[in-house]
Amino acid sequence: MEKTMTPVLDVEKIEQAGNPVSGAGKSLTAKRRRYGEIIGRGLAFSCAAAVILITLAIIYFIAVKGLAIFTVNGVSIRSFLLGLQWYPDRPAAQGGPLVGAATMIIGSVLVSLLAVLLSTPLSVIVSVFMVEIAPGWGQRVLQPAIEILAGIPSVVYGWIGLSMLVPFIRIHSGGQGFTGFSLLAGFLVLSVMILPTVISVSADSLKALPGQWKEAALALGSTRWQTIRMVLVPAARTGIITGVVLGLARAFGEALAVQMVIGNTREIPHSILSPIMTLTSAITMDMGYTIMGSMWNNALWSMGLILLIMSFFFILTIRLVVKRGMVK
Amino acid sequence: MGKKTKWMLVAACVLALVVALAGCGNQNQPKQSPQQSSGGQAEVSGSVTAVGSTALQPLVEQAATQYMSKNPKAQIVVQGGGSGTGLSQVAQGAANIGDSDIFAEEKSGLDASQLVDHRVCVVAMTCVVNPGVTVGNLTTKQLQDIFTGKVTNWKQVGGPDQKITVIHRPKGSGTRATFKKFALDGVEETAPGMEQDSSGTVRKMVAETPGAISYLAMSYVDKTIKAIKINDVEPTVDNVIAGKYPVWSYEHMYTKGEPTGLAKAFLDYMVGPDVQDQLVSKMGYIPITQMKVERDAQGKVTQK
Amino acid sequence: MNNRLADRLATVMFWAGALLVLLILGFLLGYILIHGLKDISWHFLTSPPQNMLAGGGIGPQIFNSFYLLLLAMLITVPVGLLAGIYLAEYASQSRVTESIRLCIETLSSLPSIVVGLFGLLIFVNMTGWGYTLMSGALALAVINLPLMVRVSEEAIRSVPPELREASLALGAARWQTMWRVIIPSAFPGLLTGGIIAAGRVFGEAAALLYTSGMSSPPLNFADFNPFSHLSPLNPFRPAETLAVHIWKINSESLIPDVRRVADGSAAVLVLVVLIFNLSARWLGRVIHRRMTAA
Repeated sequence: MEKTMTPVLDVEKIEQAGNPVSGAGKSLTAKRRRYGEIIGRGLAFSCAAAVILITLAIIYFIAVKGLAIFTVNGVSIRSFLLGLQWYPDRPAAQGGPLVGAATMIIGSVLVSLLAVLLSTPLSVIVSVFMVEIAPGWGQRVLQPAIEILAGIPSVVYGWIGLSMLVPFIRIHSGGQGFTGFSLLAGFLVLSVMILPTVISVSADSLKALPGQWKEAALALGSTRWQTIRMVLVPAARTGIITGVVLGLARAFGEALAVQMVIGNTREIPHSILSPIMTLTSAITMDMGYTIMGSMWNNALWSMGLILLIMSFFFILTIRLVVKRGMVK
Repeated sequence: MGKKTKWMLVAACVLALVVALAGCGNQNQPKQSPQQSSGGQAEVSGSVTAVGSTALQPLVEQAATQYMSKNPKAQIVVQGGGSGTGLSQVAQGAANIGDSDIFAEEKSGLDASQLVDHRVCVVAMTCVVNPGVTVGNLTTKQLQDIFTGKVTNWKQVGGPDQKITVIHRPKGSGTRATFKKFALDGVEETAPGMEQDSSGTVRKMVAETPGAISYLAMSYVDKTIKAIKINDVEPTVDNVIAGKYPVWSYEHMYTKGEPTGLAKAFLDYMVGPDVQDQLVSKMGYIPITQMKVERDAQGKVTQK
Repeated sequence: MNNRLADRLATVMFWAGALLVLLILGFLLGYILIHGLKDISWHFLTSPPQNMLAGGGIGPQIFNSFYLLLLAMLITVPVGLLAGIYLAEYASQSRVTESIRLCIETLSSLPSIVVGLFGLLIFVNMTGWGYTLMSGALALAVINLPLMVRVSEEAIRSVPPELREASLALGAARWQTMWRVIIPSAFPGLLTGGIIAAGRVFGEAAALLYTSGMSSPPLNFADFNPFSHLSPLNPFRPAETLAVHIWKINSESLIPDVRRVADGSAAVLVLVVLIFNLSARWLGRVIHRRMTAA
């Protein structure tokens, strides 16, 4: 992106040289033009500034609401993050309301990690295919296919999971009381959902590699597979990691598709067929039932805050990866 | 630019609200409650928002549509969002009516004293099991044991040798609160099991999962699943009306303070014959007017 | 020899991977369309949904989805375009620019449920609007903004610098150059990017559950007064979109024909997204051909 900065600088010079406004005879049009310029620039800037404002507002409000459970309700951060007991409606006489979000955090982490694990190898294969093996075919067929895959709404993924995958798992799980709603269904759905993200980012980074590297490797007598394995994929690893982290971020924050198929059980899963609960599904299910400002409700906002913090974490990771990739 | 429009919109809304409230206020005539049926009553106008319970929403929506077709100047906006949303919005004054599945006193974090309760109908819950389960009756104690995870096999309560799969409703849902309070005598359901929001899904899962147990609104029970007697009482509408079958709850419409104007007129309409005698049972609820017993927020039952 | 064999096997693997992705897509589309298309009828597409009985349609939901998209785009397009102009044309490499970019990155990776929570707090509760189309449109705008900014910045940057230089050399001011020269020639990129962005939010649901709400009050489609609460055009009414409808009937609805309505709705959603995608491609090609031919 910085590449195009130079012509902009040139333009500035040209403008200064050729700008009649600097002359003595300030005509009406020139004046209007200058005001137009100022207003236009101001408008453009204020819109760009609005982006900052919105981001800060989101961070501020989610943080204020999300921290309330620690500041207002006096729950310790430790017991919220590590607590396994979720009984926000238990009366104080029986040991007080308990809001341990650990089962949901574990659920979110597990389902998104497994999705990425499944999705990454396939994504790398497909992105290499698109760039190296059959670029024409990749461009004409795979590119649009991936865009469509990215465009399918998440509820539709959820619905397919619910109406096809869940019954399929139920029938084939041996009928030991497994309902089909499971970690397995959750991460299978997610792994398809994040495919387009990982593929397109990896493909972009493969495309950006200088052609000489490949030619040099081939000239040295390596096969195409060796070139891909030893030269191209390692060289594009920054981009591939970025894609994987972006995919992870998407999987971690996905709400409805996951909620529809995971069965929503606040328990640490003991098998891949066990139902789980994620942070996002807890928020979507309980938000409407709870009173704004009550402890239960605050706990849900804190889960929202965790999601927010995680997405910062992912962005920072990407930035770090990119920075280190550039130094090397 | 965006900001200005936004503020203007906010201002417009505030203005509209003020006008609407003023409209309601003007009708504060001496307690001349509108006649039950719509025939020949003074025209009601203004705007009222009812927010909350998704279980009650269809009924209120239908009633509001009927009401508005009879009183074209009245505006009733019905929104869902859940009981918690309804109660907090009416308490904040953001909505005129808050729809709720449970008593406001039962929700924590809310000052219930300023809210006035209007009960509009009754909803009953049935304990249901997979048809393969031969057990036809469960006592409160047995239910407690099952839902706390003490009993994990049907043979422990006189059924086949089969694992019990408990399907919960979401914590915070009115269905779960009612079941816990009246079927389990307030004992907390600690048995592991999934939380399933949709009545349709629950019914399907109970029908398809051997050894499954859950609970559903009575109107939702069909032949694919088996309804269970609780303490030898059959879950039927008549038993609920007579006060014999305990697992039921009111659907509430709360107002902040006594309702006036359109809100009052509409709430009266809700308990009037147009809604109670036709809509309510058509939509699977039990009319409040038929109930022979009454229950307060503490669960104390009195004969009417 | 061994290497050659490995190379062959690898090639097979790459082809298999690519075919697998196509297979997945084909399967998904096939599944949705085969199950859904048979349920789609004129009646289904135009009649209102049912609360308890079978036979409901999705008419209001379809209208709401498009209307909400329109409202959201009315906010996103100008703001996104102007912000894109700023980044492409005015921004120097300063702290401010850097933080704008960071914010765009942050916004675009925010889970939509978090945006929904923010919308619930600000556009629903603080404004006192309740669940309204407007709240939903603002939340969608927040989700769509980063993509729109990126699309417009890229489109503007891809305009050949000679065009800009020529215009400036003729004495046009920068702003004039922008509107008279650069935006028109960046238009194909803007249009296709905008359509794809629109397609992305058309199926959004998580951000709308608690902003535009899950209820579809009765509407009078003959009422064009946007201030009447029965009018479909009123932006301050609660509205359930198609995507939210699919989720809602699966989570808390009482209708017996969930399967039919969900299948039909999913098919409509997918068809609309396909149309968005294909039309963006087609438009891009047509405009490109016309401009290069001229």
